[in-house]
Amino acid sequence: MSSSRQEKIRNFCIVAHIDHGKSTLADRLIQKTGLLTEREMQEQVLDNMDIERERGITIKSQAVRLVYKSKAGNEYIYNLIDTPGHVDFNYEVSRSLAACEGAVLVVDAAQGVEAQTLANVYLAIDNNLEILPVINKIDLPSANPQMAINEIEEIIGIPAHDAPLISAKNGINIEEVLEKIAEVIPPPKGDENKPLKALIFDSVYDSYKGVVVIMRVMDGKVQKGSKVRLMATKSEFDVVEVGYFGPGKLIPCQALLAGDVGYFTASIKNVSDTHVGDTVTDAENPASEPLPGYKRATPMVYCGVFPADGAKYPELKDALEKLQLNDASLFFEPETSVALGFGFRCGFLGLLHLEIIQERLEREFNLDLVTTAPSVIYKVFLTDGTEIDISNPSNMPDPARIEHMEEPVVKAEIILPKDYIGPIMDLCQQRRGEYESMQYLDATRAMLIYHMPLNEIIYDFFDVLKSRSRGYASFDYSLEGYKQSSLVKLDILVNREAVDALSFIVFKDSAIERGRKICEKLKDEIPRHLFEIPIQACIGSKIVARTTVSAMRKDVLAKCYGGDISRKRKLLEKQKEGKKRMRSIGSVEVPQSAFMSVLKLEDE
Amino acid sequence: MKKPLSIYIHIPFCLKKCLYCDFPSFSGCENIYEQYVSTLCNEIRDNACVFSDREIQTVFFGGGTPTVLSSKNIGKIIDSVFDKYDVSSKAEITVEANPETLNYEKLSELKSMYVNRLSIGAQAWQDRLLQKLGRVHDRETFVSAFHAARQAGFKNIGCDLMFSLPTQTMDDWEETLENTLKLSPEHISAYSLIIEDNTPFKKMFESGLISQTDDELDRKMYYLCRQMLADKGYSQYEISNFSKPGFESRHNIVYWQTGEYIGFGLGAHSYFEGCRFHNTLDMEKYLSSDGSFKKLHEQTEKLSENEKMEEFMFMGLRMNKGIEKSEFFSRFKCDITDVYEKQLSELFEEKLIAESSGRIFLTPYGMDISNFVFEKFII
Repeated sequence: MSSSRQEKIRNFCIVAHIDHGKSTLADRLIQKTGLLTEREMQEQVLDNMDIERERGITIKSQAVRLVYKSKAGNEYIYNLIDTPGHVDFNYEVSRSLAACEGAVLVVDAAQGVEAQTLANVYLAIDNNLEILPVINKIDLPSANPQMAINEIEEIIGIPAHDAPLISAKNGINIEEVLEKIAEVIPPPKGDENKPLKALIFDSVYDSYKGVVVIMRVMDGKVQKGSKVRLMATKSEFDVVEVGYFGPGKLIPCQALLAGDVGYFTASIKNVSDTHVGDTVTDAENPASEPLPGYKRATPMVYCGVFPADGAKYPELKDALEKLQLNDASLFFEPETSVALGFGFRCGFLGLLHLEIIQERLEREFNLDLVTTAPSVIYKVFLTDGTEIDISNPSNMPDPARIEHMEEPVVKAEIILPKDYIGPIMDLCQQRRGEYESMQYLDATRAMLIYHMPLNEIIYDFFDVLKSRSRGYASFDYSLEGYKQSSLVKLDILVNREAVDALSFIVFKDSAIERGRKICEKLKDEIPRHLFEIPIQACIGSKIVARTTVSAMRKDVLAKCYGGDISRKRKLLEKQKEGKKRMRSIGSVEVPQSAFMSVLKLEDE
Repeated sequence: MKKPLSIYIHIPFCLKKCLYCDFPSFSGCENIYEQYVSTLCNEIRDNACVFSDREIQTVFFGGGTPTVLSSKNIGKIIDSVFDKYDVSSKAEITVEANPETLNYEKLSELKSMYVNRLSIGAQAWQDRLLQKLGRVHDRETFVSAFHAARQAGFKNIGCDLMFSLPTQTMDDWEETLENTLKLSPEHISAYSLIIEDNTPFKKMFESGLISQTDDELDRKMYYLCRQMLADKGYSQYEISNFSKPGFESRHNIVYWQTGEYIGFGLGAHSYFEGCRFHNTLDMEKYLSSDGSFKKLHEQTEKLSENEKMEEFMFMGLRMNKGIEKSEFFSRFKCDITDVYEKQLSELFEEKLIAESSGRIFLTPYGMDISNFVFEKFII
């Protein structure tokens, strides 16, 4: 009974390069399938009232359960598991992959195989997933499905001759994808009768239900009333509810069995009790070994995150903990800064990850933040023979004690149209890149490989790459190791006071230019005060650049009559509000935007 | 004793719109003058009962260029006011005017209709600058208009001047001041140019065709004005306004002392019974409203005590004599130090404000950066 039930399950994800149509295809798959199996509809597991009530709860689900009736008349349960598709999120992708047996690989018929297509496919293959290639966007005039098929077979090395040719946007051939999923992707293995072993691959916090733990059951069974243990934290809970995900909603059910993807809730209030990658087992009859979990992802980019209002530190801490709940790749540890008070040093998989987290903190948790320069981890070798790792420039030891320093280097793979090879090579050279090779992928595209210092690409390299190649270049990188480099610490003084948050560790030869640019930027960002404000960039005690913000000379509204009063009052109120978001550096009020603006140093 | 009230009347028509103007006004609308005046008169007449317990102290015609209307039409409007409202015999009735729409005949007619104050937009003495501003008159027209006004019997004339204009030099400004002073108007307003959003000047500024006068030069011009006017017997009584003693603009003082006023006409603003509101800016809507307040009033906000205090401070401090502590107490039933102790002490320390005989006022330094000071009074 169990294996015939499992036979009808398919756990898969969709992977693709950005904009190749992953989300559209997901939407179409959801549209073309049903929510409940026939038996469930007959059994009426929940009466109508319950279903209505459950419908009111909307939760962002990482997995959705679909019911598909094949052409042959068989009913399948498809668990579609969501994966992000950006260069930053390889770690995220691999977490979801562990819950799947297969991956639908979407390739744009006009663009062909691109950088993340490769990255994702390699990951999927590494996780032993079956790949089902699908060629999308066949409706486009520039579509060349045969080219895409050839590329998949030549570049990736998997057969693609019978890949479905579809247009997700226009709903063409979606049926074929659904059929092929049943055909190509294997059903899950696992024994329902063995002790429970389920892998937590995500979780969401719901204010009514507490933590909603999202998992893939490998062996055994879990249901309402089960007493479960989370093997890493050793915490135990009584399961209140189990279920699976409809699109945008939780659907409770009787039990989850081996091969199923779903959730459980247990009134878990504490976000730190559930770790992604942990194994859920039965408290009374536990599994002997946990499932192989996840390695902690190595952050690629660090930055400091401080609350604009110091009193909101506990809220920031709480917010970061909640975010980490369903984003295990987010790293943070407490940090203090003379300028900004108490905050956190956060590690991200990349700049997009940084921006997303920043935005979520501001939007979902309503926090005003000050973010400081992203930086990488440098290795400092001291004269006394010891080695320390630093990411915060203020932890850099006295140069006199430093024997040499090393910075992380990455291997960068850039796929781009031939026409842009020149400008992109220039860009890489500008960023201290070391050329390794160039190969032509086909008649129009080439792949460049450069070795580049990580700190040259951690802020806006991706953006500039895109703009110089009109969006066509794609980029993937991986950490290669460390290389010796001449690095110095650039300090910024505002009104003769050093601003921790604006310190940089920078390549020696770029330091003066960088210092000059920062001083210029700050001069524009810092508003006038009642006194003159000198802005200086220093290396050690040597001033390498300076600008001055002159004192306020005039700040008058010449006319204010009857029709102006309301407007003027509102303007003054707005200005006062704006001041609240300023940080004080001594007696100078510096707007938040100043901290981030100094990082966008590329001339447009 | 009836409570005082001021009336503002908006005439949104011009011969041509100046490049720096962001007031509600239009050129080329001669065909709707009659309809506008008629709706305006309805608005004034039909709502008078709301104000029956008030005595009108000042009436101000603003725009646009109120004097594009014929004196007959202006007469109709004034009639509506005098007919239905209790207007004080000492009321100040001001009409804003532009030189190109004035002549002796019209001015005499206005004078006979109880208009006792004229405010002429002169702006600059140099024709080149007038052109740059998009003004339709030249210096000669201004001078003739001024003389005609005197001839018609006006004993209370104000001139509006502008400085910090693009390409204007100190010499230009000095020449403007000298020649205006020669005419000896009773009142002079000197405004630093503000480049407002949604004006042609703003676009020109953004595309680099004109640049903003730097702060140093702007202040120099301002100080020169203060000095030259003081030498000739004009007292500065507000940031941008100077007059011979006794000839201050009583209507504008109502604004700075946050007194009550009702606005009639397109987009006109009011402050009445603790509420600020204004008329629709949509001409079609205005004309089809037939003057009904219900159809016209928009964006009504009832001010909180805090907001009233803020306005009391940032408007009152615009005047050289500043605000009176006892007035604050009588309006808000608490000491000013109960609300603003910290701010006041900071401002005194920075020498931005000073105190004398129960009054708090801006120092000259405070006037230069008055916005900075005003922000402190936001609660």
